[in-house]
Amino acid sequence: MCQVDEDAHKDAQLETKAVLSVSQKCMKCKEGSAVLIIRVGDAFCGDCFKEYFVHKFRAMLGKNRLIFPGEKVLLSVSGGPASSALLSQVQEGLRRETSKKLRFVPGIIYVDEGAACGQSLEERGEIKSQLETIFRASGFPFYIVHLEEVFNLPSSVLLSASSASDRRNESYKEAVDGFIQRASSGTQSETCQGSSSYKEVQTLLSELSTQEWSGEVGIVTNKSQPFTPEQTEAVRTLLASVKTLTAREELLKTLRQHLILHTARVRGYSKVMMGDSCSRLAVKLLTNISLGRGAFLAMDTGFSDPRYGDIAIVRPMREYSSKEIAFYNRMFKVPSVITSALDTKAPEKASIHRLTESFISKLQADFPSTVSTIYRTSEKLNTACPRPIADGELTEKCLLCLCALDTGAEEATAFRATLISENLSCNRMPATIPALGVAKQQCCASGGEQKESCGDRVDGCHSVDRTSFTPELQTLLCYSCRLIIKDMTSVNSIPEYILSEAERRKRRAQMKEEIQDFLLNPENDAGEVTVS
Amino acid sequence: MAAPIDLHLEFGGGAELLFGGVKDHHVKLPSQSEPWNVKQLLAWIKTNLLRERPELFIQGDTVRPGILVLINDADWELMGELDYMLEDQDNVVFISTLHGG
Repeated sequence: MCQVDEDAHKDAQLETKAVLSVSQKCMKCKEGSAVLIIRVGDAFCGDCFKEYFVHKFRAMLGKNRLIFPGEKVLLSVSGGPASSALLSQVQEGLRRETSKKLRFVPGIIYVDEGAACGQSLEERGEIKSQLETIFRASGFPFYIVHLEEVFNLPSSVLLSASSASDRRNESYKEAVDGFIQRASSGTQSETCQGSSSYKEVQTLLSELSTQEWSGEVGIVTNKSQPFTPEQTEAVRTLLASVKTLTAREELLKTLRQHLILHTARVRGYSKVMMGDSCSRLAVKLLTNISLGRGAFLAMDTGFSDPRYGDIAIVRPMREYSSKEIAFYNRMFKVPSVITSALDTKAPEKASIHRLTESFISKLQADFPSTVSTIYRTSEKLNTACPRPIADGELTEKCLLCLCALDTGAEEATAFRATLISENLSCNRMPATIPALGVAKQQCCASGGEQKESCGDRVDGCHSVDRTSFTPELQTLLCYSCRLIIKDMTSVNSIPEYILSEAERRKRRAQMKEEIQDFLLNPENDAGEVTVS
Repeated sequence: MAAPIDLHLEFGGGAELLFGGVKDHHVKLPSQSEPWNVKQLLAWIKTNLLRERPELFIQGDTVRPGILVLINDADWELMGELDYMLEDQDNVVFISTLHGG
């Protein structure tokens, strides 16, 4: 009986939906004829839509007050619609008259992932040249980084540096006022900022001991290829060694993030802007929960991502639905280049990302407030302050994603239960579950003082069998990164910088355990030493 | 009898990958007894233009969720979606807002 009433009500609702027609007027200015419907029933005309779009961008930046005037910001552009819209908004914002101008110094980075998707060199070259035309037209410095360069990264990429300097102590308002004053008094504010940030970059680089690294910048010379065919092959092997598309996409995302981070550090940028739209972030939120990254949702989908310390990842497009972006790009002829990605034309159930995306878009078709509900939920998530650890050591962060390790499995957790059942199914005794500390690893240099130098590529040390390295890599990773590594058939194709950083952390933890008894306990009085 | 209509179809956002990479199509719809509406146009596209993977473009009667349709640069929701009657020289744009095509 209730059923019958429900159906009747639904029919009535469906009929009322068809009332909208061309002759409808824009709901804002009430004059122009509507061309677009946003959200549930808001019809806008062309000019009002443009105003709404631009205003939202500036409001997003202004509300969060994270981008200080004169700061160098790297725009990560993939060529897709959202990042192209981001680029055009930044261009538009910088063009305005001084009082309303956006006040940061942008650069552009593009990561060429052609090697991962199996594109030929000609295809990649063609896409690159199309993008170059777009980037050159913007007038900002741009950097084109290839995925193959991931093999040249230093392991300092996996460290999170302390956030830069005294800039943070200034409040936002003071910074803006100071900037305006300097600009109006005619001093060269650009060079001022430039020199101070240069100094900061140098101190930061020395802190991280980053090697000299050349990425392509500005004009590309076709003669010198920044990567070799062996490296392309190595990338293919690496991705082929991952069994599922889900893990492959996650791994690719991690590598891309490392490349962007490194470029930003080397070139002196303190912020990176990503072009994640609302719809994309809603998909990411649900996907991340399925992948085991529920603890890091705030960082992965929030406006700012502070996990790298010195570089903040910022997402100013997070309030735009993909419909709005697509419409804006169409109406205002924003150039974008579509490249095929790992999951182009993949069937619906190929990976968790695809499945979630199709689930949400289908739900959105019937219930138009789906995406915005998910978005509002993500807005309420806050980044938790990390619990202060006595020695503030790096071992507490995941090796790959630099989030806090969430796998400290106490005795009675579900996580511990999965570890036990996994080992039982491999017919191993529960006693040999990979210890939550460090597994003893026989090193050829037995003396304690020589442990550090063992890290040099002395040939004798290569006796360590890398295939047994998998369980040991796991203890350095958070839960979701463990799942990625578990999916790989062999760890040998992982880039060197990850493996060497993992070894370094293992050795440190091992050393620390050995000298544990001699360390001063911070709670005790100074000078008192606990003896075992 | 309705006269044959000329249409300018455009595909963007990755949807063109399903049509051989070609973004612009000028097509001529054959004449038929009733005027063409968008629903029939979709069926026509499925049989005549779509090269591969029809499920990535069409779902049942309508386009797959996530594909935007613009008729003469206006949202098709304002024009009546599937029931809009096509006219000669109309411009219909399909933009995919999803990841892969």
